[in-house]
Amino acid sequence: MDTALNFYILTFFDLTLITALLWLAYQSLSTDNIFKAVILFVSFGLLMALAWVRLHAPDVALAEAALGAGLTGPLFLAAYRRMEKLQKKERRLERNDEQENDEQS
Amino acid sequence: MITTLIYSVTGIALFCMGFTALILCSHLLRKILAINFMASGVFLLLITTAYSPDPALLDPVPQAMVLTGIVVSVSTTALALVLACRVQETTGSAVFKRLLPFRKNKGQKD
Amino acid sequence: MSSHNTYPERKNSLALPVILLTSGLFLLLSYTLLSIEQAGGLAAQVQSALPKSGAESPVTAVLLNFRGYDTLLEVMVLFLSILGAWSIGRASLPQALIKTSTIQISCVRLLIPLMILIAFYLVWQGTRFAGGAFQGGSILAAAGVLLLVSDFPKLIQIHSIHLRLGFILGPVTFILIAFYCIFTNKTFMAYPAAIVSQLLLFIEIACAISIGLTLAALFAGGRPAQESSIAQRKGSTL
Repeated sequence: MDTALNFYILTFFDLTLITALLWLAYQSLSTDNIFKAVILFVSFGLLMALAWVRLHAPDVALAEAALGAGLTGPLFLAAYRRMEKLQKKERRLERNDEQENDEQS
Repeated sequence: MITTLIYSVTGIALFCMGFTALILCSHLLRKILAINFMASGVFLLLITTAYSPDPALLDPVPQAMVLTGIVVSVSTTALALVLACRVQETTGSAVFKRLLPFRKNKGQKD
Repeated sequence: MSSHNTYPERKNSLALPVILLTSGLFLLLSYTLLSIEQAGGLAAQVQSALPKSGAESPVTAVLLNFRGYDTLLEVMVLFLSILGAWSIGRASLPQALIKTSTIQISCVRLLIPLMILIAFYLVWQGTRFAGGAFQGGSILAAAGVLLLVSDFPKLIQIHSIHLRLGFILGPVTFILIAFYCIFTNKTFMAYPAAIVSQLLLFIEIACAISIGLTLAALFAGGRPAQESSIAQRKGSTL
């Protein structure tokens, strides 16, 4: 009786977890906003660590929580910030070019 | 048994979702994100092959492989991001489709 | 703000066929998964060889002893990725981009020693429980990222030669111990039984330091800004 109840609770937990995982992955890959996508990826990584614990892999859970969520997110955000900065510089240069062209014409 | 099935199908679904996004998305950051989702799917599939309700029967070999894989995927992601930044720096755009035409147009203008 | 952040993907005419193909792939992979026979795995073999491996945790035993080659190659992959990153990009961080508040600096000062302590505890206990070189290394890397993000003033004074030595510490220790095994046991990477646990701990600590430094340097995004300018800045502050 007890084990049967346990089984149902665990299966319910599993189903909730994978629904959340798949939903986060879908949202992260389909959103227009890259910042939002990265944040969703970080939360996906944390839930993934929960899944590793559920699957009796504590070593992998530790590594995922520290690397997958803690390090990959900042990596993406730093790259994103650098790209934004480069893009702004590019836009400014283009605007300058256009102004020069206008003046010439 | 049902646990193994649930999680391994999720792993395959994650892999396929990441693969779709890898092909369809044009922004480089999104492509790298999609590769990360694919990697998560593969790891999930590998870990479920090691899973057993009895802790004594857990297979440590796939777990060690996944541990190695996570570190490698993080380091390759970091390298890919540095490359993507470099692409943006040299071509002015990190959107994969526009790379070549963009340069050509610029050359024709001058 | 939001208009800067959004990069809407253009409608792709290939979307439908690609989604159909990947759904087919999903079905095919699921079918393959169901048709795989469960073979039981290697748990019994690992358990029987565990007393000889020098580690009590089976995952650590597999990582460092039974499949030591994989881990050695993995550390080399990390080294290659930092080589690639340093040859492509240049770190833009030590330029005081953000004005760091004193509260943040003092928080970081408190947190960093604690993180280093936890990292080495994880490495040390990794032979018995969950944990090990990778987990410890990633916490070290997180400490490094915290330092980089908060623009810690002392960071500018780190000479790149120290970083370079840190990167190769793990791989070199691993390779030297593997070659040492040739002299004692006449086989590459067959650790002598008497000191195997000490050797594993050595490798783990060296690898953790290398992994932490490498990942933190990868976060910085390239080699440090030119050495000469740093020397000039140093000279001016002295």
